[in-house]
Amino acid sequence: MRTEQEEIRLMKGNEAIAEAAIRCGCDGYFGYPITPQSEIMETLMDLRPWESTGMVVLQAESETASINMVYGAAGCGKKAMTSSSSPGMSLMQEGLSYIACAELPCVVVNVMRGGPGLGTIQPSQADYYQSVKGGGHGDYKLITLAPASVQEMADFTMLAFELAFKYRNPALILADGIIGQMMEKVVLPPYQARMTEEEIRRKYPWATLGKLRGQKQNIITSLCLLPEEMEAVNLHLQAKYRQVEQNEVRYETLHCDDAEYLIVAFGSTARVCQKAVETAREQGIKVGLLRPITLYPYPSEAIARIAGRGRGVLTVEMSAGQMLDDVRLAVNGAVPVEFFGRLGGIVPAPDEVFEALKTKLIKENV
Amino acid sequence: MNIIDSANLVYRKTPVMTDLTMHYCPGCSHGVVHKLVAEVIDEMDIQDKTIGIAPVGCAVFAYKYIDIDWQQAAHGRAPALATAVKRLLPDRYVFTYQGDGDLAAIGTAETIHACNRGENIVIIFINNGIYGMTGGQMAPTTLDGMKTATSPSGRSVPLNGYPLDMTKLLAELDGTCYVTRQSVHSLGAVRKTKKALRKAFENSMLEKGTSVIEVVSTCNSGWKMTPDESNKWMVENMFPKYPMGDLKDR
Ligand SMILES: Cc1ncc(C[n+]2csc(CCOP(=O)(O)OP(=O)(O)O)c2C)c(N)n1
Repeated sequence: MRTEQEEIRLMKGNEAIAEAAIRCGCDGYFGYPITPQSEIMETLMDLRPWESTGMVVLQAESETASINMVYGAAGCGKKAMTSSSSPGMSLMQEGLSYIACAELPCVVVNVMRGGPGLGTIQPSQADYYQSVKGGGHGDYKLITLAPASVQEMADFTMLAFELAFKYRNPALILADGIIGQMMEKVVLPPYQARMTEEEIRRKYPWATLGKLRGQKQNIITSLCLLPEEMEAVNLHLQAKYRQVEQNEVRYETLHCDDAEYLIVAFGSTARVCQKAVETAREQGIKVGLLRPITLYPYPSEAIARIAGRGRGVLTVEMSAGQMLDDVRLAVNGAVPVEFFGRLGGIVPAPDEVFEALKTKLIKENV
Repeated sequence: MNIIDSANLVYRKTPVMTDLTMHYCPGCSHGVVHKLVAEVIDEMDIQDKTIGIAPVGCAVFAYKYIDIDWQQAAHGRAPALATAVKRLLPDRYVFTYQGDGDLAAIGTAETIHACNRGENIVIIFINNGIYGMTGGQMAPTTLDGMKTATSPSGRSVPLNGYPLDMTKLLAELDGTCYVTRQSVHSLGAVRKTKKALRKAFENSMLEKGTSVIEVVSTCNSGWKMTPDESNKWMVENMFPKYPMGDLKDR
């Protein structure tokens, strides 16, 4: 019934995540409905993977429960995931802090909507701070991937699991309502078998699968009462984050080789900016686009390098300017860094971005 | 007499208990319940098939004393963890061990919904009527008039509401199969609690639903009484509100 082949389909970003999860051998999904990402769990319930791959899909009583179910599953060395949108993500922050400290691998998807508060169901990128600056308590980081297409929703589901297990760290797919809802062509990966318990025991000896005779007990915990020990835990985490920063920075550039001006944008905003860059190029303005794919670790060096050769940077976001901080830190005063953003669920139009480029950046340099 | 000779052996510490000295106050019920859980695991020969979920509360270090695989949950979230563990490892015995603050205050939603889904897990509920770990503050189960650090003149119903009988509530849910209330203040009570624990662990392979064992317990430091006074106080004051026995067995 299942083919080993890749499949080409037209589907929503949310549906692509569900398909990719089953195909990459995910063991368990736990979630709570919220627009604009409910299609993820709806698709899973429709596909009934418990009958094919054995994957467990469960609707929890809240996002607090979902993320803690993910903790339980991940503690057993299983591939576990959840998804939500902004208000639900706020509820998950406690769990994410525990998961990060207990060093459990898992995948979390946030299809962002406009806030604060209950806000709007329209797309937004205003959870950037929450995602990459902590969100919950304590010094921890989530490996954060920002898809800009339906294809990347599928690809990053697999990549997120890969990175989560590589570093024993939660990985976040930070999408927005546009990427979740829009339909595009997507090449779905072939099916990968779920790991057997023997494989899990071999690869993840820390997993709580039951203490076998002669083995020592496995304990998944984030508790460490002695401050000296807790500092050691923190230093270990920090060393791991330095590794992540060294190895996992991902970004994409467009027309950056000769760029005098640089636009930095992620997710669907980068797609809008791409159009603005084309318009500018048609008018002879040398503009390039850098799209961070990993928001943590952040492509600071690339931004510094490309921006350093030019005359200014425009950061474009669907927020009041959150990633802007990281762009400014990267550029470190070398050239002016300006911002254009729309808030509360409004998607910037390409001509607005082009206007902002001209009025905020180019004019100042004249 | 050679006491090492197995024929002369009258008592043996179960090897499922570690040799660590417990951090519990002398007289606290936690230690006794830990031992009973370990003995049941030993007697059922399921040490390699049991996964415990520890709470936030005095029993946060349960994993130090019972030699099995453990996950330590955030405050109140143990039933959510247990749900996922059991769903992904259905042939494993999965139990949570929670205090009254953990289970009946901050974790009320997780507890009710795990029980309502009829997760095939065991929930061990230590009801000492107080927040032991944080220094004796009022719990949802604190009795009317009972003095605690946050109800220094005694719990007052107009201010704090009524003591919550969570176990009675859980017995009402279709998802629970076995709900019982026990204690460990006397030899007979200890034996009964052990029997209840055994039955609950056995239930978890019968796909009957959730088993809940409340152990009405003492917290002599929190209550500011001697262990002996605590036991008497518990029988006189806690038992009328939280009566012993099975609330449900199906
Ligand atoms: C989110 C959160 N809130 C509060 C606390 C502080 N806290 C730790 S244990 C506890 C109550 C424990 O009481 P109980 O569950 O009755 O268990 P006991 O210590 O009496 O065994 C509280 C409030 C915490 N650790 N986490």
